[in-house]
Amino acid sequence: MHELPVVQSLLEITLEHAARHHARRVVALNLVIGQLSSIVDDCVQFYWDILARDTMAQGARLHFRRVPARFRCRDCGADFALDESRLLCPGCGGFHLQLLQGDEFRLESIDIEEETTSSLQAMAKTESRFQKNL
Amino acid sequence: MSPTKTVPVVENILKANDHLARANRELLDHTHTVAVNFMASPGAGKTSVILRTIEALKDRYRIAGIDGDIATTIDADRMAAAGVHAVQINTGGACHLDAVMVQNALAQVDLERTDLLIIENVGNLICPASFPLGAHLNILIASVPEGDDKPYKYPTMYRGVQAVILNKTDILPHFDFDIDYFRRGVEALNPGLAFFPLSAKTGEGLDAWIQWLTGQVDDFLDHRTPWF
Repeated sequence: MHELPVVQSLLEITLEHAARHHARRVVALNLVIGQLSSIVDDCVQFYWDILARDTMAQGARLHFRRVPARFRCRDCGADFALDESRLLCPGCGGFHLQLLQGDEFRLESIDIEEETTSSLQAMAKTESRFQKNL
Repeated sequence: MSPTKTVPVVENILKANDHLARANRELLDHTHTVAVNFMASPGAGKTSVILRTIEALKDRYRIAGIDGDIATTIDADRMAAAGVHAVQINTGGACHLDAVMVQNALAQVDLERTDLLIIENVGNLICPASFPLGAHLNILIASVPEGDDKPYKYPTMYRGVQAVILNKTDILPHFDFDIDYFRRGVEALNPGLAFFPLSAKTGEGLDAWIQWLTGQVDDFLDHRTPWF
């Protein structure tokens, strides 16, 4: 399995977005994972706890939203859930299928604590001073 | 405690790999090199099919190889013995090649003098599917002893490939392998997918595969337009 590179990539994306939003701390990550994407939740959390140490995302919780695989039959148009043993349309028996959902593998959002108002004001002050000096 | 808020991200978790795969592809397009990524479970006959392919095409194209393996150089050595410059990538236990490893290996290949680059992925039916490398063609090699239910059990692996080879057809009489059932599973997620039953051992069925591959590679070299 490849949870380690997955977590490295996840941390990179998280820190990039946290910085962009002037986060003080990242509290949680909201992940959307399709049924066809191979990933082991516990294993990801394990690596996360190690790799995120000493970053602003240390201790963040990982929330996994699983998306079941669904297909549309190209022959009769029926929508149906994945039956791993068959891969056939339950309506007409057709086997030309289009995947509608289930291969997701994305970081949907992060929950952050923002800089406190006073520190934001301090930053704004520094910025205006900086601009005055230009 | 400070207030928390949710900020949207909406990014593919493996976007770093995807970006590098695109960069690999751009480099290959630039040097007019066609890369073919072979994936399969261990023992399906990746190296045997590749050696047959090299043998059939070595007078037509300038071929180089990149070989991914957990630790040994056995497969790269076999490619080299077939007269092909082969770069070995030892993944150090990792279960798949990723775009970074291939990027590093590409630096060791004389791409300007290579028409066809053969990439042999690590034997695995799960992980390679998640890590695009930037290859123009992704080929899955299945084999008769694995059983006819594999497309149903590993749908992710069978999606997103441009052709499926079924190797070891010479032993079909000894196995309860329903080739129609197998093919239906392959086609379910890839309508019209190219399918080549063959035996790397006896050479049966090899011509159709070579003819198809030649057509694909020539198309690219003639038109120099990316396909997929």
